[in-house]
Amino acid sequence: MKIHEYQGKEILRKFGVTVPRGVFCPAVEDAVKAAESLGGKVWVVKAQIHAGGRGKGGGVKVAKSLDEVKQYASQIMGMQLVTHQTGPEGQKVRRLLVEEGADIKKEYYVAALTDRASQKVAMMASSEGGMDIEEVAHKTPEKIIKAFVDPLVGLTDAQALELAKGIGVPEGSIAQAVDTFKKLYTCYMETDASLAEINPLILEGNGTIKALDAKFNFDSNALYRHPDIVAMRDLDEEDADEIEASKFDLAYISLDGNIGCLVNGAGLAMATMDTIKLFGAEPANFLDVGGGATTEKVTEAFKIMLKNPKVKGILVNIFGGIMRCDTIATGVVTAAREVHLSVPLVVRMKGTNEDLGKKILAESGLPIIAADTMADAATKIVAAVK
Amino acid sequence: MSILINKDTKVITQGMTGKTGMFHTSKCREYANGANCFVAGVNPKKAGEDFEGVPIYASVKEAKQATGATVSVIYVPPAGAADAIWEAVEAELDLAICITEGIPVRDMLVVRNKMKQKEAAGGKKTLLLGPNCPGLITPDEIKIGIMPGHIHRKGRIGVVSRSGTLTYEAVAQLTEIGLGQSSAVGIGGDPINGLKHIDVMKMFNDDPETDAVIMIGEIGGPDEAEAAQWCKANMKKPVVGFIAGVTAPPGKRMGHAGALISGGADTADAKLAIMEECGFTVTRNPSEMAKLLKAKL
Repeated sequence: MKIHEYQGKEILRKFGVTVPRGVFCPAVEDAVKAAESLGGKVWVVKAQIHAGGRGKGGGVKVAKSLDEVKQYASQIMGMQLVTHQTGPEGQKVRRLLVEEGADIKKEYYVAALTDRASQKVAMMASSEGGMDIEEVAHKTPEKIIKAFVDPLVGLTDAQALELAKGIGVPEGSIAQAVDTFKKLYTCYMETDASLAEINPLILEGNGTIKALDAKFNFDSNALYRHPDIVAMRDLDEEDADEIEASKFDLAYISLDGNIGCLVNGAGLAMATMDTIKLFGAEPANFLDVGGGATTEKVTEAFKIMLKNPKVKGILVNIFGGIMRCDTIATGVVTAAREVHLSVPLVVRMKGTNEDLGKKILAESGLPIIAADTMADAATKIVAAVK
Repeated sequence: MSILINKDTKVITQGMTGKTGMFHTSKCREYANGANCFVAGVNPKKAGEDFEGVPIYASVKEAKQATGATVSVIYVPPAGAADAIWEAVEAELDLAICITEGIPVRDMLVVRNKMKQKEAAGGKKTLLLGPNCPGLITPDEIKIGIMPGHIHRKGRIGVVSRSGTLTYEAVAQLTEIGLGQSSAVGIGGDPINGLKHIDVMKMFNDDPETDAVIMIGEIGGPDEAEAAQWCKANMKKPVVGFIAGVTAPPGKRMGHAGALISGGADTADAKLAIMEECGFTVTRNPSEMAKLLKAKL
C-alpha cells in the first residue's frame, strides 16, 4: 500500500527525522493560508499523487510571493499530472502540500528496502540525490552505497557512519546523517514498510540534514497491525476495479489488451497471460480467483473483467486441485448467464472432476468454446476475437 | 529414492485443528502411505485429544519426542506462522514446510535470520520450504501439502516451481505423456522464503532416481538466475525452464508478494535469457514444458 508524501513526512517526523514544516491542503483556498501560517519568503507548492517524478511533470513549484502560491496552487490542483510512473493519461491532482522553502546545498538519496538475496534489510545511499535512482544505478552504480542490516541487530553506528561518509556528508553534519539513517531504519521496521525512500535528503546551508521528500510502500500482509497506516489509504489514487476486486478477495490488475482472463493461482495466471501474447493477442487483465473460488466470486470476476470496454473475449483457465472443476463450471455458467455474456468465452479446465466440469459447460446451452491446453485455449480465443 | 521426503517420513502437522489443517490432513492421510506418515498434530489447547486418530500434542517438541517425527507441515494463520516455523526449528526438526499465505515479510526476515544465527552458532540446521507454497510430494509414497494427489504418477522427473497451480500444470503434462515424477516441490511465492530453486536443483542433481528437471520461475528476485548459474557449472541432468510473467508490467504485484518487477534483471525476458545461456532448454510456451523435456531424455 502506498501513501502520499505529506503522510510519509508525518511518519518520518514521528520517528524523529527532520522534515520541512508544511501544511496539507485539500483545497486551493487552503494554500495561501498555509503559506501565511508558515511565514518566510519562499514556499514550495507540491502536488500530492502517489506516482513519482512529480517535479518534471510540473507538479512542484517554488513560489516567491503569496500571489505565486495562489497561482501555482490553482494551476496544480485538478491538473492531470503526467509522470514516467502515471502512464500517458496522468493522474488527477486532488491534494496539495505547501512547505517552507529549503536552502539546498546538496542533495543525497537514502532508502531502506528488503533484499531478497541476502534476506536482510538493505540501506541504500547515494551522493546523487534528487535524480531517478534507477538511472543512477544504471549509469553510475559505484555512486550507490549499500549496507545490509541484520534485523536481529539493527543498523549499527559503524554501518550508518560508512553510509554517511561514503556519500560525502561533510564532517559537521555526519552525526545528524548517522542519526537520520538509524531513525529511517527503525521507521522502516516498525511500520512494516516494503520501501522507505527519501529522495532527496538534503544538506542545508546551515548544515542541517532534512528529508525533502518521503516515499513509502507498506507490506499488505502486515497492514492488520497498523490501523493508523490503513487510515492513510487514498482510494482516489488506486484503480477502481482493483479496489472492487479486492473486496471479493480477487487479485486483479488491469492491462492494455483485449482478452480478459480468469485463472486460479498467480503463477498460472501469468503463464496464461504470456500464452495469450505468444499466440498473437494481449491480455486485458491479470485475475487470480485464488484457491477457494465460489460461484459468487467467479460471477464478480466476470463483472469486473467486463467493465473494461476493451475486452473482446474471455479466457478461463482453471487447474482444479482442491477446487473442483464442476464447481468452477457451475460458477462460469451462472456468471455468463447473469452478466448476459456477449463476447466469446473459451474455457480450459484440468484436474479434479474435469469431465464433470466439461459436461456442465457443454450442456449449459451457452456458446462456450472448450479447450484442452493453455495453447489451445489461447489459439481459440485469439481466433474468436478476430 | 526421491528428495527430502519418502514413504517412511514421519510428519507433525502444526495448525491441524483449523479448517484448512483438518481438510488437508485428511487428504494427505488418504494419499499413498499417508495414514502411517502423519503421526501427530500440535495445539496447546487441545493436547491429549486427537483428529481422525492422529494424537494432538501441546508442542512440536513433545510431538517429536513422542513420535520420532522429523518433518512438520504448517497451516497456522499468518499472524502466528513465523512463530510456528521457529517452534519447528527449536525442536530441531529436519524440515518445516509452511503452507500459510500472507505472512508479514518482517516476520519472515526475523525468523530466517534467527535460523541462520542458530546454524552459524553450530546448532542443527532445519530446512524450511515456503511459506506460501503448496508443499511437496513424492508420488505413490507421501504427499505433504495441498496439491491434488491424483494428477501425480511415480517416475523420474523432478519439478520445482514457486507457483502452486503452475506446478500442477507441469505435473499433469508429464503424467499425460507418460512421464512420472520423482518429487514435485513448490517453493512458494513469497520474497523471503526458505529453500530456493538452487537448493532444490542441487538435491535433484544428487538424486539417483531423478533423470531430468522442469524448473519454473516467475518475475521478481534473483533466485532463478542464481540457480541457472549454478546449473551451468554443476548440473548433470537436462533442465527445461519456464518463467511466468513476460506480460507483467513493472511495479505491479502479480498476486504473489514476490512476483514484482523491481529492477531490470528480474524480468521474465532477462531470466529466460540467463537460463538459456546456462544450458537450460527454455520455452515461452508453458503448454509444451513436458513435451520439450521428453525430447531431451
